[in-house]
Amino acid sequence: MNFWEYLSNRHQQLLTDAYQHASAVFQCMVAATVIGVLIGIVAYRTEWGASLATTATSTILTIPSLAMIGLLIPIVGLGVPPTVIALTLYGLLPIVRNSIVGLRGVDPSLVDAATGIGMSRLMRLVRVELPLAWPPILTGIRVSTQMLMGIAAIAAYASGPGLGNEIFRGIGSLGSKNALNQVLAGTLGIIILALLFDAAYVLIGRLTISRGIRA
Amino acid sequence: MPEPSAGHATTGATIELDALTKVYPGSSAPAVDNVSMEIKAGEIVIFVGPSGCGKSTTLKMINRLIEPTGGRIRIGGEDVTDMDPVKLRRKVGYAIQSAGLFPHMTVAQNIALVPKMTGWPKARIKARVEELLDLVGLDPGEFHGRYPRQLSGGQQQRVGVARALSADPPVLLMDEPFGAVDPITRDHLQDELIRLQHELHKTIVFVTHDFDEAIKIGDRIAVLREHSHIAQFDTPEAILTNPADDFVSGFVGAGAALKRLNLTRVRDVEITDYPTVTLDDPLQEIFNRLRGSGTNEILLLDKRGRPYKWLRRGDLMRARGSLARAGTLVSDTVTRDATLRDALEAVLTDNAGRVAVTGRRGEYEGVVDMETLINSVHELLEADRLDALEHQHELQELRSAQTHAEQEGAEGGSKA
Repeated sequence: MNFWEYLSNRHQQLLTDAYQHASAVFQCMVAATVIGVLIGIVAYRTEWGASLATTATSTILTIPSLAMIGLLIPIVGLGVPPTVIALTLYGLLPIVRNSIVGLRGVDPSLVDAATGIGMSRLMRLVRVELPLAWPPILTGIRVSTQMLMGIAAIAAYASGPGLGNEIFRGIGSLGSKNALNQVLAGTLGIIILALLFDAAYVLIGRLTISRGIRA
Repeated sequence: MPEPSAGHATTGATIELDALTKVYPGSSAPAVDNVSMEIKAGEIVIFVGPSGCGKSTTLKMINRLIEPTGGRIRIGGEDVTDMDPVKLRRKVGYAIQSAGLFPHMTVAQNIALVPKMTGWPKARIKARVEELLDLVGLDPGEFHGRYPRQLSGGQQQRVGVARALSADPPVLLMDEPFGAVDPITRDHLQDELIRLQHELHKTIVFVTHDFDEAIKIGDRIAVLREHSHIAQFDTPEAILTNPADDFVSGFVGAGAALKRLNLTRVRDVEITDYPTVTLDDPLQEIFNRLRGSGTNEILLLDKRGRPYKWLRRGDLMRARGSLARAGTLVSDTVTRDATLRDALEAVLTDNAGRVAVTGRRGEYEGVVDMETLINSVHELLEADRLDALEHQHELQELRSAQTHAEQEGAEGGSKA
């Protein structure tokens, strides 16, 4: 069976896996974005807060993904929970770091002006600081997403969802006639998903970054 | 006491600073030490002083961007020292250097921010934005939807002023607003501000380190030294003529008398009448007038009454009676609105030491010559000197009264 025959035979299964992969990454990204930006907002004002947040999130990133999921299994069990927790944690670093960099990069005289014309702290954050920090934050989200696409494949190790299952099945049955096809299908599927997500981010950027600050 | 209002707009309110002090944690010397001053409703007061003297800090304490560590602030008689700062700032316009426009919002959105926060209805905000753009000299149709980066520095600054005025606050604080624009644009913006103030009568506190800017736009100038101590608080005229001490005169710089000329207009000095004839007068008449006039010279006006040529006695003879060839063309005229400095410039460049004064349409109104200028300037300087002495005396009395009160307070064991 060549690769194309394999694809047409298994397209149902592959599409389901791809959908679950994308859906897992998407949901974890939403969670990571919300948590990451919140951490950034809490941390950016103080030097020690910012370095604490960056160091903590980058430490998480140094844990090998297989080990992380392995460690989570005894705590939360198999399947979706370890996948979601691991992916969300991995996704944090670029978002936290770029949120801090973005929020700190806002011209202090603009913050001064915002306060001076009578904005409350929350209003200043929502109307001025976050919109101006948004381009770097969005870049962080893009980087995170691409990273998570790859890491999500490991989730299959914990019986998680996604295209990782194809790859693991292929690796597990090396030598059989479909092994290579499985690994290839899983890998290419992940690459295509990553490209689609990236295209979506370009579109989101167009729609959400004000014309006044777009490069 | 508010000045007569222009239309429906809110006019200025008084600002009183009472022993205002700021000590930053960790530093022993106060950044602003015990500043008391009273700013009248509808006047422009300039804080001027070297960098680091605390003038900006003092300004920012008025809208409590910097919280004072001591003293009281009253705006329009109301004590705002303990008021919710967010509410206070919506009632006090604030314009800063390089405008501080939010780059992700359009011009209209920037201006609409404060009215929106105060909950104006949409239609009113829209009308207000148009009105303000018009007021600061920008075409609403053209600039409404632009982003700040699509504007020149001067245009940005105008929008910044419009934003500061958006909710029609009685008080306007301006922190070196024109510091970042080129000299020509700055000059324009200063003129615009003066014009705006003639319409609006806001109370404006304006910080600058440029003394020339201060004398140009200020009704009164507070010259500040370190810790925001007031070295002199007086009209520009008085400070120029009678600086309180070496610090102030150092700040005034060289050429105080010349700078003083900028503050007086041609309309304030005596304009002498000059014998004139018009192009339509018969030649004989012109001859007679030339001979009959006490001066050596006569001014020839064109058909619309505008100065055209200076004619001397011999000119007509030499030109064999042809008016077209006789005399010297009038090269420069000044209006009654011109400053004495402009007039002096014109008089100096003219080889006979006089310049014609014209009305709005260029019609002849009179002549200013060197002698008038010199006499007027002498009179002005003398009057200023007397005024300044009087003000200085008042300031000293105020100070001694303050010290007295403080000492009594200290003796009583409690001090506010």
